[in-house]
Amino acid sequence: MRLINRRPSRATAFALAAIPFAATVIAYAVASHFRRQENPADKLLPSLEQMLGTFWRMAFVPERRSGDLVLWVDTVDSLWRLGLGMGVATSFALIIGLLIGFIPHARAVLSPYIAAISLIPPITILPILFIMVGLGEASKIMLVALGTAPVMTRATAQAVMNIPRELVIKAQTLGASTWQMMTRVVLPQVLPQLVTAVRLGLVPAWIFLISAEAIASTSGLGYRIFLVRRFLAMDVILPYVVWITLLAYLLDRFLLFISRRAFPWAHLQGESL
Amino acid sequence: MTGQQDIKIKVRNLTKSYGDIIVLERVSIEVVSGSFCTIVGASGCGKSTFLRMLLSQEHPTTGEILIDDKVLPREPTPDRGIVFQRSSVFPHLTVEDNLILASEFADHGFSARKFGAARNDSRDAVTETLETIGLAPARKRYPAQLSGGMQQRLAIAQALLKKPDVLLLDEPFGALDPGIRLDMHDLLLSLWQERGMTVFMVTHDIQEAFKLGTRLLVFDKTRHDPHAPEGFGATITYDLPLKNGDGQDLPDPSALFAQPADQDIGANHA
Repeated sequence: MRLINRRPSRATAFALAAIPFAATVIAYAVASHFRRQENPADKLLPSLEQMLGTFWRMAFVPERRSGDLVLWVDTVDSLWRLGLGMGVATSFALIIGLLIGFIPHARAVLSPYIAAISLIPPITILPILFIMVGLGEASKIMLVALGTAPVMTRATAQAVMNIPRELVIKAQTLGASTWQMMTRVVLPQVLPQLVTAVRLGLVPAWIFLISAEAIASTSGLGYRIFLVRRFLAMDVILPYVVWITLLAYLLDRFLLFISRRAFPWAHLQGESL
Repeated sequence: MTGQQDIKIKVRNLTKSYGDIIVLERVSIEVVSGSFCTIVGASGCGKSTFLRMLLSQEHPTTGEILIDDKVLPREPTPDRGIVFQRSSVFPHLTVEDNLILASEFADHGFSARKFGAARNDSRDAVTETLETIGLAPARKRYPAQLSGGMQQRLAIAQALLKKPDVLLLDEPFGALDPGIRLDMHDLLLSLWQERGMTVFMVTHDIQEAFKLGTRLLVFDKTRHDPHAPEGFGATITYDLPLKNGDGQDLPDPSALFAQPADQDIGANHA
């Protein structure tokens, strides 16, 4: 049979998916082993046991000075900033995207503006935010929101415009007003695409969050890894990177799950990633 | 047919052009109420454009279309129903919710949505319609879970919800298998006889046009300029009264226009 027609079984697919992950861990363990054989005090490639121990300590042993469980404090603070920023960006993208995609006059006013704004490298806004709203939570949340909203808005507007013209005409022959078409025809058909836009927007959102935390913060996942960088504490940095990746992955899967549950009609055809 | 006063649609010296490209020119007809007009023509002859103008999806460049002696409104209205070849039903609504949507639009201006008991009543009220179109067992399914024929039956039922005086059909059965098409013909004819609306149906299938229509309109170009193929538009070249269900004394279909319909497979984007 041709290669494109051979499909792995569920168990095989799972095993195949595990191979690159296992290979990475093994390669790291071997490299770490040989480096520590030469120099037992090596800090660059700590052993898996050492990283696990450090991670465990950060998660379950209160820090001596503050009494905090550092990992959880960092995680909650970061997710709070990320969630609030993405919430603002998503609301903006939905409302403005619907207007741009559906109302020609709104499109004429807003579309060139959003297109221009979306070309500003968001990180260049960070110093402006620090000066204007200070170093507190607001500047980090705003960076996440400003960095993701324009692109998500354009994706939403495009999704609205991709709704077959026939459906909009049909709704009018059924007596729908503009508002009724927006709420009953356009909005429900765009929501699954909005979830997709959020999933894609989370990638840059994490970058902006970690950057903002690295530059000015007193807590958060990004703050921690940039803080311990000064002590070459790879046994903290590496587990944190894995932890951030895991959080991002779980968030992505959660959104896909929500979309499948809430919009079953949108997942009836084809495979999706 | 009925008397002169029953003219439903008047088209007066209509022209449609996109920039230098003239699609239609000198189109004038009068159609009596309750007619079943079938429209055929070569690909790109503007028959779908004509239908879209009847729907107010597009507007004449010059000339005018009158419905009940009034100029057509500038946008689609509930008195003209439409069935497209595809994408006519709402993919995010189940079969029964596709059919209650029009009443939700009418009864709830702001939310356009019925809840609880009112919604259940509306859903029960479409049971008869669902049985007419044979979709009662599929009422909880989404359009993507239906076959092409089932989707078009739903689209026709939906187009008739507002009891339009005029039903416009743009190659509604173009994507269906021949056997399914015959079922659809029966359904469409029985609905037309029951409701008595005026029907305009664009089709590629000339047999279908003869079988269903009471009047056949053929669109074709009468003038050709070899140096400017888009310089002249199509017009109505044949306007034949048909006796419904009786295919006798009719001209050879292939003689009606230059390009036989059979060679014209696939969607017509004219």
